[in-house]
Amino acid sequence: MSQINDFAFKMGTVNGTGSASANSLLMQAIFRMGIPVTGKNIFPSNIQGLPTWYEIRVSKDGYTARPPEIDLMVAINPATYKKDVACVRPGGYLMYDSSWPMPEELQRDDITILGVPFGTMCVETFERDRDRTLLRNIAYAGALAALLEIDMDVVHEMLNEKFGKKKALLDLNFTAIRLGYDYAKANFECPLPFHLKRMDETSGHILMDGNTACGLGAVFAGATVGAWYPITPSTSLMEAFKAFCEEYRVDKATGLNNYCIIQAEDELSAAGIAIGANWAGARAFTNTSGPGISLMQEFIGLAYFTEIPCVFFDVQRVGPATGMPTRTQQGDLFSLAYASHGDTKHIVLFPANPEDAFYLSITAFDLADRFQTPVFVATDLDIGMNDWMVKRLQWDDTRTWDRGKVLNAEELEKVKSFSRYLDVDGDGIAARTLPGVGAKGAYFVRGSGHNKHGAYTEDSAEYQEVLDRLALKFHTAASVVPAPEFFVQPDAEIGIVSIGGCHAAVLEAVDRLKDQGIVADYMRIKAFPFCDDVQEFLVKHPVTFVVEQNRDAQLRAMLAIETGVARDRMTAVLDYGGEPLTARGVVSAVITHLQGATV
Amino acid sequence: MTSIAKPPVRHPGLPKNALGLTKRDYEGAMSTLCAGCGHDSVTAALVQAFWESDCPPHRAAKMSGIGCSSKTTAYFMKHSHGFNSVHGRMPSVTSGANAANRDLMYIGISGDGDSLSIGLGQMSHAIRRNVRMLYMLENNGVYGLTKGQFSAASDIGSTSKKGEANVQPPIDPCLLALTLGATFVARSFSGDKDQLVPIIKAGLAHNGFALIDVISPCVSFNDHEGSTKSYKYTRAHEVELTSSDFVPLRREITTPNADTEMTAVTMHDGSTVRFRKTHEDYDPTNREQAWLHVRECQKRGEVATGILYIEEGGKDMHALAKTVGTPLVDLPYSVLCPGSKALDALMEEYR
Repeated sequence: MSQINDFAFKMGTVNGTGSASANSLLMQAIFRMGIPVTGKNIFPSNIQGLPTWYEIRVSKDGYTARPPEIDLMVAINPATYKKDVACVRPGGYLMYDSSWPMPEELQRDDITILGVPFGTMCVETFERDRDRTLLRNIAYAGALAALLEIDMDVVHEMLNEKFGKKKALLDLNFTAIRLGYDYAKANFECPLPFHLKRMDETSGHILMDGNTACGLGAVFAGATVGAWYPITPSTSLMEAFKAFCEEYRVDKATGLNNYCIIQAEDELSAAGIAIGANWAGARAFTNTSGPGISLMQEFIGLAYFTEIPCVFFDVQRVGPATGMPTRTQQGDLFSLAYASHGDTKHIVLFPANPEDAFYLSITAFDLADRFQTPVFVATDLDIGMNDWMVKRLQWDDTRTWDRGKVLNAEELEKVKSFSRYLDVDGDGIAARTLPGVGAKGAYFVRGSGHNKHGAYTEDSAEYQEVLDRLALKFHTAASVVPAPEFFVQPDAEIGIVSIGGCHAAVLEAVDRLKDQGIVADYMRIKAFPFCDDVQEFLVKHPVTFVVEQNRDAQLRAMLAIETGVARDRMTAVLDYGGEPLTARGVVSAVITHLQGATV
Repeated sequence: MTSIAKPPVRHPGLPKNALGLTKRDYEGAMSTLCAGCGHDSVTAALVQAFWESDCPPHRAAKMSGIGCSSKTTAYFMKHSHGFNSVHGRMPSVTSGANAANRDLMYIGISGDGDSLSIGLGQMSHAIRRNVRMLYMLENNGVYGLTKGQFSAASDIGSTSKKGEANVQPPIDPCLLALTLGATFVARSFSGDKDQLVPIIKAGLAHNGFALIDVISPCVSFNDHEGSTKSYKYTRAHEVELTSSDFVPLRREITTPNADTEMTAVTMHDGSTVRFRKTHEDYDPTNREQAWLHVRECQKRGEVATGILYIEEGGKDMHALAKTVGTPLVDLPYSVLCPGSKALDALMEEYR
């Protein structure tokens, strides 16, 4: 069977040995051949020595979810041979380093084993130990180029771009690529039955990870202050923001920075800095992951109650506690939506991929300013740290920022008096002033009970009036935050609801279900609070599946709480092992449930 | 109620400062602290210092955390923005506000619980960051709002109102700040306004983090016999290491007594702090010596006061971060957003 441009291969290597650059070289080369491609990095919480994997899926149909099965395994790490050989589909292939005798654990009758002496060839060819280790990865990339028909011109072009200025390094890489390529050509039947063929399906697209997209979004949103504490998997978000600021935000005349990034002593401080900067009038944000969100709870409540805008990026990882820092999950939904003690509710946005993350990041800053409240952008490790093929990002130069109701000195002159928490427009949103604007606009921010004028109160009625207005403000937000995305089909018999990084797998699952005669409508939630359309969809579909990546069906619970639709009417499809979702998992859960229901 | 508005009373004869404002214009809501609280004296000293310094109230931001001390931001400069944040976290909020708008004058008011226990990390890191702010630590050695528990500033052997003796060693904010590299470290006493006012004025002019640890007795829970933070104890054991005058740039410098030996430090804005030698060999510009001296005083049970250490010419947070001179809040969106052309070009790098 020939599977042109529709297969997946996986590399099993040792962390810290340089395989990442070989893997991204492969992925990018396929992308440049015009073929839709996705890469998933399954890596350890470790700098050097532990096993790491990289999955590359090629999909002529443009599916970007994690591959359903592995056609070719490149097993470079003996420590994981057993696991690696088991993951290959029957009839598939496994390539290993045959510099050493083939271990028994690699034996499998229903697959083809390809041995390439990468280690020996590199030892014979290269002199330095470091080259021998690093270039072994480039050598396997060369073998794959032969087996899968990766365009060698593209590979050469990419190596030139990367090492063009370092001739010695370039030569070494060329040599290494040829080692693998020539060996495979000479010893195996190339190409394999599944291989690549040029297409034109990637123009207008880019390969980008979500943390880069969020960092870029923050720059385009006009954020000037970023505060953070390093934590996997959100660290590269601030690193991206910094890199883009260095590119776009350095004042040409003075060489000084039109931004200020503060690496704080902890996440509490990072939240405090971001809130303080927003209060003073800058657009500021912090980025973190679950443990940081836990630490920030008190400050989140303060910003909610005192109505200070602030954007929080939560790149979710596996919890609870330290959990698995390098694995993905959607376990923070509750702790974001209802963060902090007392009656609190927050706006949360759920990007599905890096493209979406860029635009929703910008929306987050506008919403935070407009509603004067914390806004969370909830991505996850899969979106944040993996390269996704998405549409090129675009910008409309007529777009400007929405700073919400901020009274400047001139406007203050026109009002009789200023009351910080007075709802003049009936939408629950009161006007604010920025420090320094003038005596008339001065007010006292307090996390303690306050009345609509901002004065301290312990009076029940005055306190409740403020709390009720906050509820009204949140209600207003429901119709302003991004509405769900709907994918409906005629004669759909079931409904599927999902969120964030599950999107790609669910989209694919909807197609696969249709292949099997099950027609599904799909609603992708983009934001909390839920607008009326969400309830309508749930009511309209008596059989609804809620697909999410946590154990406790948090999204389903939120849907039940917020829409009043009975929880039991929604079937939870859960995947919380820490790896990106596959369409196959969704399909089998839906079918199993439907079959159970009909028996 | 922790804030009661004061009735506006006109006193046409009150002296005015360069901005045409009277001291009344620098006052705030009525204090709800206990009668005789040291903090109210600190508030009075702040009002005096701001008035004398001709500070435009609306260009100041009053920052605090939680506790008796943190309430006092409501009791002065009613025409300034104020921020009563969460317990021990005022330094981070102020760091952020300062990052966003470097042109405002930041006045942080904290206490020994807020700064030395729950907020020890935040205070320490604001010092490391060298956020330009005045940091008043109203130190009474006790948790007042929760009725009398020891704080991290309580001395060993100092007794609580119920008679229990503290056994844990105290954290001395001045020794800590000196160790962390603070560039302005002072200590004073709420009962010594003549000393406190010029120190506050010098702190306001300092180009960086200015710590003033003010011993400010708690009349309700820590002013008894056996307390080492009482009015009586502090008066009896205060040792003034330096006596300072603050000379603003705009005013003519006149030496009160030509015979007195004076040393002067020029501040970032051109104003001057002049020291009268009160203690033999004490040099407030020598960090190591300052630390040793304060430590020696502490060992003898003495409370060293005055500007203990001063270092002008250091880099504040913005200088370290190379931020533009214009406050970030004043940068227009057109300057901040790279635009479509830049984005299009950037997209080529992701292919």
